[in-house]
Amino acid sequence: MAKRAAPEVNAGSMADIAFLLLIFFLVTTTIEVDSGINRKLPPMEESEEDVVIKQKNIFTVLLNGKDQLLVEDDLMELEDLRAAAIEFLDNGGDKSCSYCNGEKDPSSSDNPDKAIISLKNERETTYKQYIAVQNELVAAYNELRNKRAQDQYGQSFTEMQANYKDVNWPGNKDKLKEKIDQIKADYPQKLSEVQ
Amino acid sequence: MSKFKKKKSGALPAISTASLPDIVFMLLFFFMVATVMRQNTLMIENNLPFADQVEKLDKKDLVMYIYAGKPSENYKQYGTEAKIQLNDKFADVSEIASFIAAERASKREELIPFLTTALKVDSDANMGLIGDIKQELRKVNALKINYTTKKGSVLGRD
Repeated sequence: MAKRAAPEVNAGSMADIAFLLLIFFLVTTTIEVDSGINRKLPPMEESEEDVVIKQKNIFTVLLNGKDQLLVEDDLMELEDLRAAAIEFLDNGGDKSCSYCNGEKDPSSSDNPDKAIISLKNERETTYKQYIAVQNELVAAYNELRNKRAQDQYGQSFTEMQANYKDVNWPGNKDKLKEKIDQIKADYPQKLSEVQ
Repeated sequence: MSKFKKKKSGALPAISTASLPDIVFMLLFFFMVATVMRQNTLMIENNLPFADQVEKLDKKDLVMYIYAGKPSENYKQYGTEAKIQLNDKFADVSEIASFIAAERASKREELIPFLTTALKVDSDANMGLIGDIKQELRKVNALKINYTTKKGSVLGRD
C-alpha cells in the first residue's frame, strides 16, 4: 500500500480564534489592586477599670452631621487638621521625649506615647468626610514617623515598610523589622474612636 | 548574460502576517494571567472615597468584602437609603455575623486570624451604617478592617 501523508490542518484561522479569546479576556479583566486604610477595631470586652487620662493628653476631633470639624473645641478646616495633629503629638510637654520637635508646651500632650487622638462622628456624617479625616490623622502619624526614621536611619518610614514587604529586597529583614518596630514605638498610633 | 539579471519589480513586498498569531497569543496569555474575574455583581453604587495614606491589601484570598451604598439604577425598588450588600444580595446588619462565620468556615483554620474585612463603601453613605457594621464586626471578633479607597488627594476633590 502506498503511504498516504496526512493532510495538513489549515492553521489560518488560528489568529481569529486567538483574537476571540483575547477580546474575551480583555473585556473581563480588571487589573485592580485593592488598597485602603487599615484599622483595627477595639475588642468587644470592656476593660473594667477606668483608665484615667489627663485631658491635656487627649486631642478630640469631632465630626458633626454637616461634615464640620471641631478640633479641641474650635472649628477647623480639614486642611489644617494634619498640622494641628502633628503639633499635638510632637509636643513633648514633660520633656521626657528627646526626639520631639514640638514646643514643649506644658498645657498640651506630655509625650507621643501618652498622646491620644479621639475621633467622634455622628450618624449623619458622610463616609467621604470620615475617610478624609482618618486619612489626615494617619498622615500626621506617618509624617512624624518618616521624620524620625530619616533622622535615625537615613531613610523614610514608608520606604522601610515598602522594603520590608518587598520579597526582592536584599537587606536583612529581621534588622529592618526591629527598626520599624522601634519607630512605631516612638510614635505609637493611638487613635480611639468613640461610639 | 541576461541569465543572471535579477527581475526588479518596483512594488514593495507584502509584510508577512505569519507571526500575527504569535503576537496575539502573547497578549492573550498576558491577559489570561492578569485577569481577575469579578466575584460579585454590584447592586449598589460604589463610588469609593479618595485617600492618600493607603496600604495595599495583598493576599486576596484572605479578604472578606462587605459592600454598602445606595441601590443602583436597576434596583430602585429597594429605596434610596444606603444598604449593605453581602455576596450577591442585599443584606441586613444582623446578617453580617453569619456571613463572617460562613467566610471563616470556608478558609483553613490556621488562616482565620489573618482574615481582613474590606469595607467597600460609597462616599455618600452615612457613618451610622458604618458604625453598625463595625459594631457587628466587633461582636464576632473580626477586628482587622480595611476601608477600601481610591488613591488620590483628599482635599480639593468632591
